[in-house]
Amino acid sequence: MPRVVSVFLPTLATDRIRRAEPGILPETPVVVVARSGSKRTVATIDAPAFKAGARIGMPAAKAQAMISGLHLVDADPNGDAEAVERLALWMLRQYTPVVAMDIPNGIVMDTEGADHLRGGELPMLTGLVNALRGHGLQARGAIADTWGSAHAIARATRRQVIIVPVGETAKAVVNLPVSSLRLSPDIVSGLTVLGFRTVGELSATPRAPLALRFGPEVGRRLDQMFGRVVEPIDPIRTAELIEVARSFSEPIGAPETIAKYIGKLVVELCAALETRGQGVRRTDLIIYRVDNTLQSLRAGTAKPVRDIPRLTKLLCSSIEKIDPGFGIEKLSVAATMIEPFEEKQSTSSLVDVTPLLDSFGNRGQRMYRLAPVESDVPERNVGRVSPVSEKLGQAWPTRWPRPSRMLAHPERIEVIALTPDHPPASMTWRGKRRRIKRGDGPERVFGEWWVRSSEMEAVRDYYSVEDEDGNRFWIYRSGDGVDPATGTAKWFLHGIYG
Amino acid sequence: MPITAANPVISELQDRIRRLEGGAARKGEVLSFGIAEIDAKLPGGGLARGALHEVAGGGADAVHGAAAALFVAGIVARTKGDILWCLTRPDLFAPALLAQAGLHHDRVIYVEADREEDVLTNFEEGLRFGGLGAVVAELVRLPMTASRRLQLAAEASGTIGIALRRWRRPTEAADFGQPTAATTRWRISLLPSEPLPVPGIGRARWLAELIRARAGEAAEFEIGACDATGRISLSPHARDGQDQARRARNLA
Repeated sequence: MPRVVSVFLPTLATDRIRRAEPGILPETPVVVVARSGSKRTVATIDAPAFKAGARIGMPAAKAQAMISGLHLVDADPNGDAEAVERLALWMLRQYTPVVAMDIPNGIVMDTEGADHLRGGELPMLTGLVNALRGHGLQARGAIADTWGSAHAIARATRRQVIIVPVGETAKAVVNLPVSSLRLSPDIVSGLTVLGFRTVGELSATPRAPLALRFGPEVGRRLDQMFGRVVEPIDPIRTAELIEVARSFSEPIGAPETIAKYIGKLVVELCAALETRGQGVRRTDLIIYRVDNTLQSLRAGTAKPVRDIPRLTKLLCSSIEKIDPGFGIEKLSVAATMIEPFEEKQSTSSLVDVTPLLDSFGNRGQRMYRLAPVESDVPERNVGRVSPVSEKLGQAWPTRWPRPSRMLAHPERIEVIALTPDHPPASMTWRGKRRRIKRGDGPERVFGEWWVRSSEMEAVRDYYSVEDEDGNRFWIYRSGDGVDPATGTAKWFLHGIYG
Repeated sequence: MPITAANPVISELQDRIRRLEGGAARKGEVLSFGIAEIDAKLPGGGLARGALHEVAGGGADAVHGAAAALFVAGIVARTKGDILWCLTRPDLFAPALLAQAGLHHDRVIYVEADREEDVLTNFEEGLRFGGLGAVVAELVRLPMTASRRLQLAAEASGTIGIALRRWRRPTEAADFGQPTAATTRWRISLLPSEPLPVPGIGRARWLAELIRARAGEAAEFEIGACDATGRISLSPHARDGQDQARRARNLA
């Protein structure tokens, strides 16, 4: 079962204008005008233009007369299509091997078996929408079981991220308007005249009279939306993409056979990479089944690779995820992300761990090393870096002993203490009262006002304390104990010493 | 080897026994603590490389396992090469591992998974890989079958594997009663720190219980916590007078 992501860019045309001319103020209404014959109508509007009263389809002259300071630009459908193509190619490299353009202002992709690399469907889709917004593009995304439903849901609602659970497509689409069925405007208006408003009403109607009146299109779109007819996503490809494929006259299905052909294709791919002096960072295996559906597997590597056994192993590692169905008629291996490959002799006696890390990464595990960050606040003192990044060798500047386990969120404790600068005499944490025998401190940590304005005067006084049993804790009092502006004078437990 | 048999039959038998023990006692393939009293209790004179070891915190502190983590950090700091640290709850504070156990942050690669099963898989894969200095995994449960697989993976590659047992709540600690195939089993509990001449916390001390050692016997030691090179000490007063003096100066 595919999981289709449909990304809708409602104001792509106006967003592109704003990006090209950063001088346009955010509150200036921008509309794009399409020309058909001598008629000039508004084709795309942005949010300020909508607020000012502009509507899609109204004559351009009317909009111009109605709204003062309107920024009017002629439509550039080719430019828009190129922008969609660029975005689609970016998503191809970043998200999943199966990405297609959904002209004029959308992108569709199948993320079945690829979402775990991004931490699941919700983080993936939220991240995608946020990334697009970061580029100045309004975007909405939906995940559903079929292209038709994802397309309709992304366009029908105003929410930015919608995830329809597996198998609940029918429930999610019955109340959508018939216009979300990707039918031509003539058919939609015809259906409206007949009184059909929602997809549910239409799907409950006998097919034959509809087909007689509007042709086969209505039934086909309904079937596509409900997943009764497969609608393959033909993946986008570029000229520079290296792809090797093999078609089978007799469909294959056994895992060993698939593995054998993956091995053969990888040899071809590596030969092609070698002639270009490139290595591959993302390798996609696309499986075309005889029933006109396709599946994909992706193998990512931390460094460019051109190693036949390693690539074969990576691609074959998830072979059990392939569902051959009635058979596979074509296998294709594509190098989606390539980078210059340097042959260099390793002089280090240490072993290269990247094959191991690649294998973890392709199973969706998070890998990192920790590195010092210049900050006085302890929890900001640590940063995550890529496990293959250069080793820095720098040391953590800590004069005071630090706890080996640190709580992500400091926990409130009740203490009896002499303020301002004595360690507590006793503390109660998680319902257990402990008498404190020894303590060190205070170590004063000042807030970082350049990070958060609320930390302008904040102070924390850290103490290391040891209770009667030898348990050692790292606790702090918020504030310096004298001036209420520096903190609430409440006590927290932040870490546990070993 | 403590006993060298003149009889070839006996020495051959001893070789066979050693092979059956998975080479755990082969000479030179151990990571010694550098403390005669502890090393003497371990077959081969130290923690066997190419074997699975198990470390848990003792008592109520087991839930946090901070001392056990430092103990493990001290052991792996003395190996060579990259360290793989598999976990689900990232709450290790790297500056502490660096300053107190000598484990440099550049050497540790953390692999974070959402599920406990993934941690086991990562652990085994890391052990099988064979190019790492050590593989550490923070585990809640360690079933017998899984521990056997891990032990075999460690034997195959010669990588030292350490299962750091952590529990989310005290009741789960009962799982430590179940046997595993680990070559050694340790329990590290906190002891009150060394008294200082001035008010303040002295060097941390632990009670290290060797609960199980394959081809060895159980023992317990009162030790001083790891120093900046990952070494523990049996009598911290004598060995680390300098360290104590520095601490006292810092606090004074």
